[in-house]
Amino acid sequence: MQDMGEALAVAMTLVLSGDGDLVEIVGLSLRVSLTATVAACAIGLPIGALVATNRFPGRGAVLVVMNALMGLPPVVVGLIVYLHLSRAGPLGFLGLLYTPAAMIIAQTILIAPIVAALSRQVIEDMHAEYADHFRSLCLNTRQTVQALLWDARYALLTVALAGFGRAVAEVGAVMIVGGNIDHMTRVMTTAIALETSKGDLPLALGLGIVLMILALGVNALVHSLRLTAVRQAYA
Amino acid sequence: MREAIIHGPEALTAGAVPASNLLPLRVRGLCLTLGGRRILNSLDLDLGPAGCTVLLGPNGAGKTQLLKVLHGLLEPDAGEVDWNGAAPGQVTSRQALVFQKPVLLRRSVAANVDFVLKSRNLPRARRHALLDHVGLGDKARQPARLLSGGEAQRLALARALATEPEVLFLDEPTASLDPASVNRIEEIVLKAVRNGTRVILVTHDIGQARRLADEIVFLHGGRVAEQAAADRFFAGPRTPAARAHVSGGLVL
Repeated sequence: MQDMGEALAVAMTLVLSGDGDLVEIVGLSLRVSLTATVAACAIGLPIGALVATNRFPGRGAVLVVMNALMGLPPVVVGLIVYLHLSRAGPLGFLGLLYTPAAMIIAQTILIAPIVAALSRQVIEDMHAEYADHFRSLCLNTRQTVQALLWDARYALLTVALAGFGRAVAEVGAVMIVGGNIDHMTRVMTTAIALETSKGDLPLALGLGIVLMILALGVNALVHSLRLTAVRQAYA
Repeated sequence: MREAIIHGPEALTAGAVPASNLLPLRVRGLCLTLGGRRILNSLDLDLGPAGCTVLLGPNGAGKTQLLKVLHGLLEPDAGEVDWNGAAPGQVTSRQALVFQKPVLLRRSVAANVDFVLKSRNLPRARRHALLDHVGLGDKARQPARLLSGGEAQRLALARALATEPEVLFLDEPTASLDPASVNRIEEIVLKAVRNGTRVILVTHDIGQARRLADEIVFLHGGRVAEQAAADRFFAGPRTPAARAHVSGGLVL
């Protein structure tokens, strides 16, 4: 095993020189996780808004399930998606297993409940403030949900980025359904796991550094957006 | 005080436009309980077709909740609300309510008005005139939530007037505002009344009631304790509670 300091120096060189393998892995990671985030928002935000603005029998049970699903173990999600996409599974004919599409599906399933549950809380708080005004205007459900989603946009962006953070950092689900195939389905987390197990630390560390920079960047972006929104009284 | 006086539900205000066919309003045996507390207690009320009715009464008398019931935002436990043959929920869209604490969307001043116009399929071109009408024409691009208290309430009034309501409910629209802001809001309300909008206003400001009211409805203990033309009411309230309220005494 290489010396830790030496490995770190090589890792920094890889990052700064824009190593081809590293760039490819980072690019695929971003493509998969950003697509999954968009898909999860398309599913989770309307669900969160509808649950937030409507009262119906069994709503309490739905809230419990939504909150419980936030803690879905990635390996379990990976296993379920694998069973569906494998050749013997109901969706095997699509031939998606071990492709980036399968990874996107798994990550979408993983983070859609997070987006739904967090957005439900954000929108419910706002709806409590707006409800009488909206009822006075006789808005229908569609108009109400649209207005709430727009007015809560800054808070919901934070929710989306929380989902992205979860997606880009998870390893279990993408490992199972993607297979960590070089130049095809290898993303940052699976590459780090593989290179570490091989004892090749520079690439693992380099990817780790990029992952940390991404996490910091995402948090800085969220913080700056929140500040802008608060300054303009739109938060 | 304005010259137009209503003497009971059947009388028309001199010079006002009897625009709405929502009136007369007839309320019988209205009961409302919230959180285990009886707010409205077999309340009866009749309102005529035009002018400005001011609801007076001590805190907890049920004024705000009565507005919400009349507007269809609250369902009473018992009783009947009859807007000239229609239930409150059927006529909500022909009315508007301005809340004591204005609910402003997290958007610009202009976008707040646009939202209401769009929700009613009304032309967005009206926004400019509405904002000018309430003196906010130069603040259209500002975030609504950065407006002062008086400006925020005028924006809420502009939004309410954007829907061209036949009945305008105002729940303490000038609470905690400075005299200049109170004056501007009262001018807007008087213009609305002159244009034929039926105004039902809640206030604790006796001076404001004297300036705006054609008719006073005094609520006490969840019931209408006294209803009279404004000049007659202020000349000599009949009930001890109303007398104490008008003279600034404690109403228990």
